[in-house]
Amino acid sequence: MLEAIVFYTLAVFTLGFGVLVITARNTVHSVLFLVANFLCVAVLYVALAAEFLAVIQVLVYAGGIVVLYLFVVMLVNLKAIPEAQLDPARRSRLGFAIAAALLVEVSAILVYAGQRAGPAAPAAVDTPARGNTELVGWLLYTDFLIPFELASVLLLVAMIGAILLARREA
Amino acid sequence: MSPITPYHYLVLSAALFTIGVLGVMLRRNIIIIFMSIELMLNAVNISLAAFSDQWQNAIGQVFAIFVIAVAAAEAAVGLGIILAFFRNKDTLNIDDMNGLRW
Repeated sequence: MLEAIVFYTLAVFTLGFGVLVITARNTVHSVLFLVANFLCVAVLYVALAAEFLAVIQVLVYAGGIVVLYLFVVMLVNLKAIPEAQLDPARRSRLGFAIAAALLVEVSAILVYAGQRAGPAAPAAVDTPARGNTELVGWLLYTDFLIPFELASVLLLVAMIGAILLARREA
Repeated sequence: MSPITPYHYLVLSAALFTIGVLGVMLRRNIIIIFMSIELMLNAVNISLAAFSDQWQNAIGQVFAIFVIAVAAAEAAVGLGIILAFFRNKDTLNIDDMNGLRW
């Protein structure tokens, strides 16, 4: 019962803030609604017993990526808001149609998958770890060591690329 | 009220993903489009965490962490491109981003 109340409250807030992100006229407001959305998703992770993921969500998304967005919003001092030059009827009908088709498709997959019996539960990972953080760390440094190292290389390349792209021509 | 199953989380994930797609389709401001992409990545992470909870298997959470790493890289490079684009064209309208159009 309590779980249901928590889930439905969080679902309403997550979707509500998501809608506000894409409808807000002011870009700074959009970023702030995005933070609220990320925090709601973090609480959803806690409800799913993924505590480490929740902490990473708050640190990396709400703390890091959003600050990056705010910096860019403040660096680009917009005089003309892009939507002001928009022919409103041109794109919106097609956009709604494509999004509705996607929603129907995903719902059909969900209904279809819900009717079939799922595969047998895979064997639990054999690990000495206790607790969520220890388990995730154990997996990252054993089974997923090479993807983990590749992710660090990817982040390094992205960092260098971002500096090169945003640098003023000397 | 029925108990909350992974199914509920998947429906929430699908709805959030659709909101992200709507943002990409309807808005012309490229910063908002990037934020919509972040919304979609978050929706995928919710479904990964839900599957992880369903199977009592933390590999889904490891996958979600990789998604977050890629999202961080994408945001850094993408925002660098936005800054370079704004310096050249003095606009954020994605309709003006047609330098590579054939």
